[in-house]
Amino acid sequence: MNWFINFLGSSIGQKVIMSLTGLFLITFLAVHLTGNLQLLVNDQGEQFNIYAKFMTTNPLIKATSYLLYASILLHAVQGIVLWRKNRSARGGQGYARKVTKAVGTNSFAASNMAWLGIIIFVFLGLHLYQFWLQMKLGKVPMAEYNGEQVKNLYVLVAEAYSNPIYVAVYVFSMIVIGYHLLHGFQSAFQTLGLTHKKYTPLIKGIGWMYSIIVPLLFAIIPILMYFNIYPLSSFLH
Amino acid sequence: MKITLKVWRQGGKYKGEFVEYKLDNVKEEMSFLEMMDVLNESLVQKKEQPVAFEHDCREGICGTCSMVIDGQPHGPQKATTTCQLHMRSFKDGDTIYVEPFRAKAFPVIRDLVVDRSAFDRIIQSGGYISVNTGQAQDANAIPVEKDVASMAFDAAACIGCGACVAACPNASAMLFVSAKVSHLAMLPQGKVEAKKRAQAMVKTMDMEGFGRCSNVTACEAECPKEISVNNIARLNREYLGSVFASEKIV
Amino acid sequence: MKKLDAKIPEGALSSKWQQYKSSVSLVAPNNKRRLEVIVVGTGLAGASCASTLSELGYNVKVFTFHDSPRRAHSIAAQGGINAAKNYQNDGDSVYRLFYDTIKGGDYRSREANVHRLAEVSTSIIDQCVAQGVPFAREYGGLLENRSFGGVQVSRTFYARGQTGQQLLIGAYQSLSRQISTGGVKMYNRHEMLDLVIVDGKARGIIARNLLTGELERHAAHCVVLATGGYGNVFYLSTNAMNSNTSAAWRAHRRGAAFANPCFTQIHPTCIPVSGTYQSKLTLMSESLRNDGRVWVPKSQEDAKAIREGKKSPLDLSEEQRDYYLERIYPSFGNLVPRDVASRAAKYVCDEGRGLGETGLSVYLDFSDAINRLGKNVISARYGNLFEIYQKITGEDPYKVPMRIYPAVHYTMGGLWVDYNLETTVPGCFALGEANFSDHGANRLGASALMQGLADGYFVIPYTIGNFLAKEIRTPKIDTSLPEFEAAEKEVRDRINHLLSANGNQSVESFHRRLGLIMWDYCGMSRNADGLQKAIRMIRELREEFYRDAFVPGTNEEYNPELEKALRVADFMELGELMCIDALNREESCGGHFREEHQTEEGEALRNDEDYAYVAAWEFGGNPSEPILHKEELVFENVKLITRSYK
Repeated sequence: MNWFINFLGSSIGQKVIMSLTGLFLITFLAVHLTGNLQLLVNDQGEQFNIYAKFMTTNPLIKATSYLLYASILLHAVQGIVLWRKNRSARGGQGYARKVTKAVGTNSFAASNMAWLGIIIFVFLGLHLYQFWLQMKLGKVPMAEYNGEQVKNLYVLVAEAYSNPIYVAVYVFSMIVIGYHLLHGFQSAFQTLGLTHKKYTPLIKGIGWMYSIIVPLLFAIIPILMYFNIYPLSSFLH
Repeated sequence: MKITLKVWRQGGKYKGEFVEYKLDNVKEEMSFLEMMDVLNESLVQKKEQPVAFEHDCREGICGTCSMVIDGQPHGPQKATTTCQLHMRSFKDGDTIYVEPFRAKAFPVIRDLVVDRSAFDRIIQSGGYISVNTGQAQDANAIPVEKDVASMAFDAAACIGCGACVAACPNASAMLFVSAKVSHLAMLPQGKVEAKKRAQAMVKTMDMEGFGRCSNVTACEAECPKEISVNNIARLNREYLGSVFASEKIV
Repeated sequence: MKKLDAKIPEGALSSKWQQYKSSVSLVAPNNKRRLEVIVVGTGLAGASCASTLSELGYNVKVFTFHDSPRRAHSIAAQGGINAAKNYQNDGDSVYRLFYDTIKGGDYRSREANVHRLAEVSTSIIDQCVAQGVPFAREYGGLLENRSFGGVQVSRTFYARGQTGQQLLIGAYQSLSRQISTGGVKMYNRHEMLDLVIVDGKARGIIARNLLTGELERHAAHCVVLATGGYGNVFYLSTNAMNSNTSAAWRAHRRGAAFANPCFTQIHPTCIPVSGTYQSKLTLMSESLRNDGRVWVPKSQEDAKAIREGKKSPLDLSEEQRDYYLERIYPSFGNLVPRDVASRAAKYVCDEGRGLGETGLSVYLDFSDAINRLGKNVISARYGNLFEIYQKITGEDPYKVPMRIYPAVHYTMGGLWVDYNLETTVPGCFALGEANFSDHGANRLGASALMQGLADGYFVIPYTIGNFLAKEIRTPKIDTSLPEFEAAEKEVRDRINHLLSANGNQSVESFHRRLGLIMWDYCGMSRNADGLQKAIRMIRELREEFYRDAFVPGTNEEYNPELEKALRVADFMELGELMCIDALNREESCGGHFREEHQTEEGEALRNDEDYAYVAAWEFGGNPSEPILHKEELVFENVKLITRSYK
């Protein structure tokens, strides 16, 4: 096993951890988004609440969620470790003027991944406190659908999104996530060595679209809810 | 042209600071280093210690020059070493900051001169093909696809100047290491040792105190020989392959 | 000094090297471990020699003044490397390569050495490919060749325009491998400042640690100098800024004869000088002359108007232009050899028909080729060269004709060596451009890389055994011997002398002045009056240098100005020797053109009767009184003929 520990400690090993956890979080975002979009269904949250119940009780998904928490922590901790390591490698004296150019990636995003990540981490804390923790502590009103008692998470969300400050924070965080993805998506493939003259442009194209569309859809939900607009209709009935 | 230089001075009576020099008679046709020569000549005339900077071939191939000019290693012109940069890239009245390549693995020796011997040690740990003189078979015994040879050349064009490290926000040496690993791994002659080489060179790179690559690609943007970050992906591939597929433990 | 003995083996030319290899003394592996070799320089010759000797089992110490062995100036060679592989099936052979080299050198090199060079040339390519040198290839995956400089076969292997870089990196990697095994101990940023001789044999060097200024004594059983050429004596040359002659010159002062110092090669296609601040000249590949046409205005008035910016070269009609190479040499035209093209450029500029601010350049015009072949073809052939040109001059060669002028490029002269590559100091060897042996009075294109690697990989590993086999009983050399002490003291005195002058002029300014003297009087064409004048001027300059040079700082620190001062001091002695040698050689051959010795048409007039010898100069106690020794050149296999390109 020594070789594996050595690998994890190597510069490329550390980057691979970032890459794999990052890719996992990227897929999670898509799943999370499909759930969130159900908030825009004009059924007073029924579909969303039933979905939420399924997500919190299905054992397979539960198991996956632990993997998710672990990934988030690993991604954050490893990220901080790398950041510190890189700052020390750069040395104490910075450049008087520094121009950072990039090739085929967003140079702002690429050179500020750690800061973007820290903002996302803070947002995540707020996000978990506001929804996940409230739900776990059972401070959520109940709703009844077809005779089944279900936590009415929707009310919690709708309440939060009636606050313009929170909507602003949320939208800002999504922009940050967008930037983080803009570099992170393709960077993950580069780190795994998955580049190819023919396919890399495709990966980069998908990465660009993903990092614009996904945060945009996330951000649009609180805005629409703030203005009480529910454009989707339920497929439950 | 009138140029104001803010030059990093370190060593001797200087503790590590920017010193301002004004030059009134800079010609557009001068190379950047010739402008530095003129500065040094004037310092010598005043019996002061001239600015120490490294340079040799002045043709953009030896990789000796090592300055960061206005925040960019080798200055603003793309695919150009400092020695090939000319003053027509600047405007009359410009203020130019001149600094050494900065990185923990490249300690400053004096003024703009840094110690890049870490690169040599990386090569020594595996950046070669183990063939003794006289052991070679006929040069045409193994055909090499033209495009592959050409790609290997693109990687082998590295001049070992260290601009990649100086440009990288993380002071990572991945472009340098990957260029050598790619150059040799792509050729059939170098394939034999490719796995061992990737592991050994990465290990040394890590020990020398370079940062970790986060794919910023500033290295490629500043590389005077335009070495591609695709080489970094190839190194990652070689490395992962060697760690997980090879039975050898390095 | 004893009589020069080239130690050429007996037998037919083509079997000398084979026989030598089978009969040369060998050193057993257990003895090799005990023997130490110092190698100075890490260019093609030095790096290849050091790595090969280490592979054989010797203990090798390698010195370079660079921060890394990979920076040596071999890296800047562009064109290619010759080898008699005959992969093209165009009739090449070892003999033809040998013959072309002898003829190209204007019959002033030693047959046996040149033949050996041609023999081992094929192994070099094998070795380099095995090391991973990415030579150009054809679609079938086999190696591609091109022809070069006037020969009739395609035998030049190349790696784009960076052949020297790729070959050097190959050698550097081999060297790095030996450093990692411990067979080579590498001393970066160390400059050799003296050779130490113990009981008549070279046993070590005094090196200055360039970071701390400390003078170090290093001992070995023998010393190999692979320290390159001395073209920087001209100040402006295509050599790297730090290339210098000090190691070779110091060996010369300790007894190694210096051969044919006046043989320098001037390359016709360089980017011209643009101002007095200029530090260095850049070569444009000779291949440009395949498609470019060289011309100057017919009249001085037009040239003057262009110089003053009143006219553009595009204003001149065909009748107003003088395509002088095509006019004088109708059969070779723009493709005459380097020395001929260079001299012709000098003549037209001396007539006041040169271009550019300084009046020292001629046009190399591609407009005909662009009209005939299209811009795309020209760009595919020379795109990168045009880019370099534009970067340096700011002019677009697709629109206005390129301007070129000759510049010092290579020095054929160097330390005299015998067949073993041993100098006149036993145990002191010289390889590559540092020796004189293979190129005679003129070097052919793509032959410098070949010679450097031949010497390092395939010659010295055999011939050094011849010396070291007799040294197996010699214990480790002790650096506390009085000889080391004395040499170190001399170096220290030299440094103190330079530092204490505390004059008013920079070292650089002296170097510039020396270069100008050399270029004016010992450059492309020479005459007795000029050379005598140059000798006087150099003596005066040297005296002024020691009186009025200012070297800032101290010895005990990183001090590039002091490094420069030590090098310039040696150049000033060598410069004089070059003039003395040029004055002595009353003939014109190769790169050496004496105005007194030319045909009625102004072509070089060789004198085989009196000057078919190598002029090996012994240091006579002071730089102005060298002692001439002659090695008569015996040509048993080739007939001496006159080169003609008309």
